[in-house]
Amino acid sequence: MERKVVKVVMAKLGLDIHWRGVVAVSRLLRDAGMEVVYLGNQFPEAIVNAAIQEGADVVGLSTLGGNHAVLGPKVVQLLREKGMDDVMVIMGGVIPEEDIPALKAAGIVEVFGPETAIDEIVACINANVRQVG
Amino acid sequence: MKLVENADPTRQQVMQAIVPWTGRAHIIGLTGPPGAGKSTLTGQLARLLVKGGLTAGVVCIDPSSPFSGGAFLGDRVRMANLNSEPGVFIRSLATRGKLGGLSASTAEVIMLMDAAGKDVILVETVGTGQVEHQISHLADTTIMVTVPGLGDGIQTMKAGILEIADIFVVNKADREGAEATARDLAHMLDEFITGGWRPPVKLAVASRNEGTGEVWEAVQQHRLHLQGTGQWEQKRRDRLVRIMIDNVQAQALDRINRALEQDSLLQNLVRRVADGNLDPYAAATFVSGYLWQRQT
Ligand SMILES: Nc1nc2c(ncn2[C@@H]2O[C@H](COP(=O)(O)OP(=O)(O)OP(=O)(O)O)[C@@H](O)[C@H]2O)c(=O)[nH]1
Ligand SMILES: [Mg+2]
Repeated sequence: MERKVVKVVMAKLGLDIHWRGVVAVSRLLRDAGMEVVYLGNQFPEAIVNAAIQEGADVVGLSTLGGNHAVLGPKVVQLLREKGMDDVMVIMGGVIPEEDIPALKAAGIVEVFGPETAIDEIVACINANVRQVG
Repeated sequence: MKLVENADPTRQQVMQAIVPWTGRAHIIGLTGPPGAGKSTLTGQLARLLVKGGLTAGVVCIDPSSPFSGGAFLGDRVRMANLNSEPGVFIRSLATRGKLGGLSASTAEVIMLMDAAGKDVILVETVGTGQVEHQISHLADTTIMVTVPGLGDGIQTMKAGILEIADIFVVNKADREGAEATARDLAHMLDEFITGGWRPPVKLAVASRNEGTGEVWEAVQQHRLHLQGTGQWEQKRRDRLVRIMIDNVQAQALDRINRALEQDSLLQNLVRRVADGNLDPYAAATFVSGYLWQRQT
């Protein structure tokens, strides 16, 4: 039997158009052996639909602007509503320190700053991703 | 679908259960050089279908990295406004090192979408050598998407694409030379095609949704041609046989690999070959004979 491959859906949240880092991170996750589906700019409903269609293990959201506090938790909430409880949601980008506790309380597994080393992100995914397909 | 993508043990049961429900969908392969606009055109076609009251499945296949085994699957970016369209189901697949380039589970994912009642299934693959031959076996209609100023394109044509493409699309017709390219293609086809289906050459500007209707029109005509000549049914029969053969081969390979890893007699043999005490050809002949005998 084949080893399970982790599938990640990556999106820029809402209307953020400036942060190019998400593509760089996507490629680094590929180099770490993951399959990364890149969506570009999307709102929560579309991100969750795509995650369902792709059978994603992980949803990665990148954000720059001030919309993360609402849109990030919205993604988690919609996933739960659709019964996708075991999809892990992480966020990255420029997010004020003081917003992080609320995001985690809303079910975001981890929040990464723009300087985070890729190894840290990979380790977090591997530690938290569901083990059975 | 996750089950078939990850070769889950229950995959076989799932597939067996759905086989009777398959065969209805029109399976369309889109292939062509990187960046030709395959994803953009696929997205436009899917939208056109939904507008016409049909449902569509989309399968986007990109290569796995040979180094890490991971993959960057970026086709959905060009179909962004379909994410919230209930009539369209999009699945991205990585090739996962399958020889020739099509993901091992491509056929299964297509069958699942077919069984789920999708009217049309669009399968996008990067056209490099082998792949388009595989896609032409899976698909009813194969569309070759190319761009003005053939250049490398000519190579692709020589690599046997003329035989397998049913429709040619010269995309990016907003660029210079599109009509000349279309004319060149048509000439090549004139020399090459001797009766039966004559592949049409269509111009398109996928990014502006121009020509999508004409491409779909051509697809419909090809479908009528297949149905009128009995090839529609024939392709379905061939597909089932191919799936059987593929699975026999996969299972045989699996058993061989397991035996080579676990059977102590074979491991001994492997060691002797590695040490130079036995020539690899003689060893191979012995191993084959030994395995067949053991399995019957
Ligand atoms: N000028 C012009 N650009 C186009 C046209 N169609 C697509 N593009 C652009 O060409 C680029 C590649 O388009 P894709 O649809 O991603 O091409 P693709 O063949 O799917 O690419 P790969 O999957 O990477 O092989 C994008 O920037 C599109 O916006 C067109 O008709 N004219
Ligand atoms: Mg593409």
